[in-house]
Amino acid sequence: MKVAVIVFPGSNCDRDMYHVLTDVFDLDAQYFWHEKGLPKNIDAVILPGGFSYGDRLRAGVIAAHSPIIKDVQKMSEKGIPVLGVCNGFQILVESGLLPGVLLKNESLNFMCEWTDLVVENNKTPFTNQFKKNEKIPIPIANGEGRYFADDDTLKHLKKNNQIVFRYGNSVNGSSNQIAGVCNEDGNVVGMMPHPERAVESEINPKDSKPSSLIFESLLTEMGVGN
Amino acid sequence: MATFNVHVIIENKPGISDPEGETILNDLVLKGTHKTVSKIKAAKMLKFTIREKDKDAAQSKVQDICDDLRIYNPMVSKVTIQVFEE
Repeated sequence: MKVAVIVFPGSNCDRDMYHVLTDVFDLDAQYFWHEKGLPKNIDAVILPGGFSYGDRLRAGVIAAHSPIIKDVQKMSEKGIPVLGVCNGFQILVESGLLPGVLLKNESLNFMCEWTDLVVENNKTPFTNQFKKNEKIPIPIANGEGRYFADDDTLKHLKKNNQIVFRYGNSVNGSSNQIAGVCNEDGNVVGMMPHPERAVESEINPKDSKPSSLIFESLLTEMGVGN
Repeated sequence: MATFNVHVIIENKPGISDPEGETILNDLVLKGTHKTVSKIKAAKMLKFTIREKDKDAAQSKVQDICDDLRIYNPMVSKVTIQVFEE
């Protein structure tokens, strides 16, 4: 199983993600520069966190026009699992692969802290190992993490079970405390918190097991035992 | 063809909170003596310089660019385009 980690100018969590995929979960991962295409033998795609193009104009909007996004879109239409973390989530939203938008945090501050996520949808390729409403202690690190969708979109998200994660409490002013959503088919997931920073007990002062389940869900989806 | 300066102003739609504008209003302007101010909205402005045949063409070209490249996000932002002859 091969996982693509896409690198944009300004990605800075790509190596953390690669490390977790390869060293912790023993997956075959490969970096792909955003100007190139993706080969056909990719089984999952991850858009890592960072500050593509320095968040200029709006976080994620310039990277959303990168040539590789067309391939990500084609793969998502085939049902291949796609995960966007933090800036990766912002890029997926700005490219139209996920609904809604990410605005500046209500406090206008860059927020770097541990939060509690609640799993709302445990049917996606990245959450199938969770129980519904299971909690995940996990860090956030963003300035533009306030998820917003208009009322019609929120109704649609609820009806289609597209809200994947919510914050356990009000963190940044997100609509309905939403921290992560998926597309209608459920194979494209975006989340603001950083699971790649939380799966190893050495760097997780709380509990690293719940975040590990995000990657173990992907392994299960792919039929790879861990 | 003539050269035009086109100002693109991007601001949050009504109903989308604007914490930057509110902070400038409540914690700066209204804390002074400027009590007649009732609202401040923060916005982003991009200044385009463009060569087109006339003012209308410049306006419509910049509007197309903004829509096509998602210079503003239509879910949360509105855009105002002002064209000036150089």
